[in-house]
Amino acid sequence: MTAALMLAGCSKSNEPETSGGPLHLRLISTEQYLHTLAYVFGPSISLELKFPPMRRTNGLLANGAALAGVTTSQMEQYQRAASSVAAQVVDEDRRNYLIPCTPAAPDKADDACAKQFFSQTGRLLQRHTLSDAEVGAYVQQAGEAANQLKDFYAGLGMVLESMLISPEVLFIVEKSEADPDNQGKQRLDALSMASRLSFFLWDAAPDDELLKAAESGELNNRKGLKREVDRMLASPRLEAGVRAFFDDMFAFDTFDSLSKDATVYPFFTGATVADAREQTLRTVVDHLIHKNLDYRDLFTTRSTFMSPALAPLYQLPASQGWTPYEFPENSPRQGLLTQVSFLATHSHPGRSSPTLRGKALRELLLCQVVPPPPPNVDFSALNNPDAHYPTQRDRVAAHLNAPTCAGCHRITDPTGLALENFDGAGRFRSEENGVAIDASGDLDGKPFENITGLSKALHDNPGLPNCLVNRVYSYGSGTAVKPTDRQLMQYFGEEFAADGYKMPDLLRTIVLSTAFSRVDPTQRTTLPAPKKDEPAPQITQNQQSTLSQNGL
Amino acid sequence: MNNLSRRRVLRGMLNGTAVTVGLPLLNCFLNNNGTALASGAPMPVRFGTWGWGLGMNKAIFVPKKLGLGFDLPEEIAALAPVRQHINLITNSTYFRDNYQNLCHYTGWVIARTGSAPKDTRDIPGETIDVTIANQIGGSTRFKSLTATATGDVRNTYSYENSNTPNSPEWSPLQFYTRLFGPDFPDPNAKEFKPDPRVMVRKSVLSGVKDQTNSLMKQVGAEDRQRLDQYFTGLRHLEQQFDQRLQKPEPIAACHRPGEIKVDPAMGQEAEAVAVRHRMMTDLLVMALACDQTRVFNMAYTNANCSTIKPGYEKPHHTTTHEEPVDMSLGYQPTASWFTRRALESWAYFVDAFTKIKEGDGTLLDNVFVYATTDHGYARTHSLDGIPMFTAGRAGGKVKSGYHIDLGATATTRVGYTALRLFGVDKPSWGVNSNNTNKEVSEILA
Repeated sequence: MTAALMLAGCSKSNEPETSGGPLHLRLISTEQYLHTLAYVFGPSISLELKFPPMRRTNGLLANGAALAGVTTSQMEQYQRAASSVAAQVVDEDRRNYLIPCTPAAPDKADDACAKQFFSQTGRLLQRHTLSDAEVGAYVQQAGEAANQLKDFYAGLGMVLESMLISPEVLFIVEKSEADPDNQGKQRLDALSMASRLSFFLWDAAPDDELLKAAESGELNNRKGLKREVDRMLASPRLEAGVRAFFDDMFAFDTFDSLSKDATVYPFFTGATVADAREQTLRTVVDHLIHKNLDYRDLFTTRSTFMSPALAPLYQLPASQGWTPYEFPENSPRQGLLTQVSFLATHSHPGRSSPTLRGKALRELLLCQVVPPPPPNVDFSALNNPDAHYPTQRDRVAAHLNAPTCAGCHRITDPTGLALENFDGAGRFRSEENGVAIDASGDLDGKPFENITGLSKALHDNPGLPNCLVNRVYSYGSGTAVKPTDRQLMQYFGEEFAADGYKMPDLLRTIVLSTAFSRVDPTQRTTLPAPKKDEPAPQITQNQQSTLSQNGL
Repeated sequence: MNNLSRRRVLRGMLNGTAVTVGLPLLNCFLNNNGTALASGAPMPVRFGTWGWGLGMNKAIFVPKKLGLGFDLPEEIAALAPVRQHINLITNSTYFRDNYQNLCHYTGWVIARTGSAPKDTRDIPGETIDVTIANQIGGSTRFKSLTATATGDVRNTYSYENSNTPNSPEWSPLQFYTRLFGPDFPDPNAKEFKPDPRVMVRKSVLSGVKDQTNSLMKQVGAEDRQRLDQYFTGLRHLEQQFDQRLQKPEPIAACHRPGEIKVDPAMGQEAEAVAVRHRMMTDLLVMALACDQTRVFNMAYTNANCSTIKPGYEKPHHTTTHEEPVDMSLGYQPTASWFTRRALESWAYFVDAFTKIKEGDGTLLDNVFVYATTDHGYARTHSLDGIPMFTAGRAGGKVKSGYHIDLGATATTRVGYTALRLFGVDKPSWGVNSNNTNKEVSEILA
């Protein structure tokens, strides 16, 4: 035990000093709202609504939560969701087990019962123990409403509805306090830390135990924090947290509007869309959480799960429901790159796209930025009506020959072409227009012959685990990684490698780091909202004459 | 308009929005070009936008004849039934000034904000519909309504600022439920009984407002702005509850449309987009007839759109870049096929307003629609030769049926015209070269 503490102490001392990120006011996401409601009221509460998506910022939707504003139509959505949830909680089927007491009379106020309900439920929804005054205000409102509507439960429901749209529920507000262990530095206060941990690891609000640990001060000491983190990592709720993270990192929001040309890909249906997303998330959770395996092996593993809707795309007999499946050793299907989720989302509706696939590999998995094409692209090579290019490799060769295109296409196309053995829907093919597909290429100087070689090269690329570290830290802390965090990322990366690239260990290292809870309240919490009619930088006379020369 | 009372105007003043809510309503009262409602109040004039992606092919789109009775080259042939209701404005320019030409972004952002964006995350100010909604949208059930026919919740042209898009309705089923579901205040209902639950809802909202006020004191200036937006949302809910407690004035043209029970098939096939567009349009038009909103946005597609022609391997955007120009035709045939589908939907959209009788005319007489795209010629990402449309007669203030050549001047002149029509008191609109104080006088009555 002493040795373990010493080791912990040692590893802590290796952590580079950081200045801390900003304090956030984050808007709750649809999934976080739904998970929280499911944990507070049970899974029988159903809600079809989907709040507007956050704006993807530095690679993650989660980073958009600290910037997102709320429109009036969004408020209507919150109101409708709240109204539906509250009505379900107090309906006759559920009130007996969701409301912890029975009123003396069902047709009028019962302050004692209302008080019990709001202090328990309010604490979980608002993520802190409500003060007497706060509970008192809810009880009074519920009492007035009950008497007015001559229905205790209706009154309770109305007030619950208002709580569900309150800023305390919809916004995750962070506060700081002086860090007694580091003079002059600020850290998240215990309740803010509880929320940051919980929305990160569970994609939901803290449970009762975590709130208790925050309120008793346990979360402020390393031992207490460690105990809570270990409990959270062992909880079944971790699965939802890890799914939410990868759904965000892999940009699976694309699935919400994904469709294929049914005349080209008749096997690709609405059920395929839902199952392709699910297949990858199941594979990820099983590999990283249930089996606690090396993250890099996700890109070479032959283990996955199969559903009836996916089987035709994988040219397999249909299974019954979801079943574990292992591709044979010589199969070209190895790793996440060869799953339909990656292949189909980074393609066009009616054909594959080496460029989109290569770009996704670079941006989503290696955290690199591929610049957009220049506006004055010359498509003449492609536009030549006499040309016939049987394969994508022939078609995109035009990119590599044109100097304006080659810069970027050299980093996207050689990897994307390695995936050409899969069509735009993700079905395997060995030839295109009667010509055998050449899937060779190279990734950052590592040559390969086929997709299995690309997966191996990706597995061995140091950018792969480093990108995960970067995204996980950014997702958990709610801010993009800054250039000044380079040493910190290096430290996390080394720890991740030393732990054998295990996801739970990475999560533990990050949440136990000083950097994770350190904040700098002087930092701007959000990007500045643009001022109305703010003039753009003025054009100089020189620039003006250049513009006129260009016919503008 | 129908519920305007001294009390309402005063309440607007108490909320600190006297100038933005009270005055334009009075302005509308003074404007007697429209036909009066049964109560004697004039018809409300509504503002809308319509957006399509990827421009056009000049040679087969731009009419040779200017003014009334302009010819309809093959790409715009679908506009024949609505030609007298629209104005086609061609040869205008999006000025990017010293910013980059951000493909499929710079253009529509200028059209909607008057200002060139500095990067693809930048929305340099609220969009024009938001400005006009702040002016005229305060008294209806919905401040504005935004819809897309693409089925993708990310496709909108309406923003409060860079981080606050007005997310569109993308599902006809959900849109129906929002407009005409159980909470629809049918103005022609025989009985009106205020729901006591709504009264309670309204009163418990005060507690939420108090919480918001105390939270605002604890956060930095930027986050306070976001909470302020949220607070505006609360006030909007409060106003909606208020309206549900008052008996609405009957509106002859208002009917709850047939219930939508399932959504049409998802998908980007041109036909699927057209079906969604028709369903969304019909709902929107009836919502306007029922005076549920006075500001609306419809996106036929986003700028960089992936509409597909079944059996053709490339979606619309890729087609504009990669399809060879057919030398005998002189244009890209499939790219033009997509543009023609867009214009069919635009014709449907305009025509839908004529189906609603309002006063002595139709709903279209009391509407002004501003329709924009992202590029002139999408293949080369051009920001000049930009086509735009308007539709409707804005309560008699606008003439229609004209083709106008803007002579390479700023597109923002059309937006500025719209702002003036709706009483937005700005000496000019737009930034740098897009700044203008010149209306398109040719279309003003």
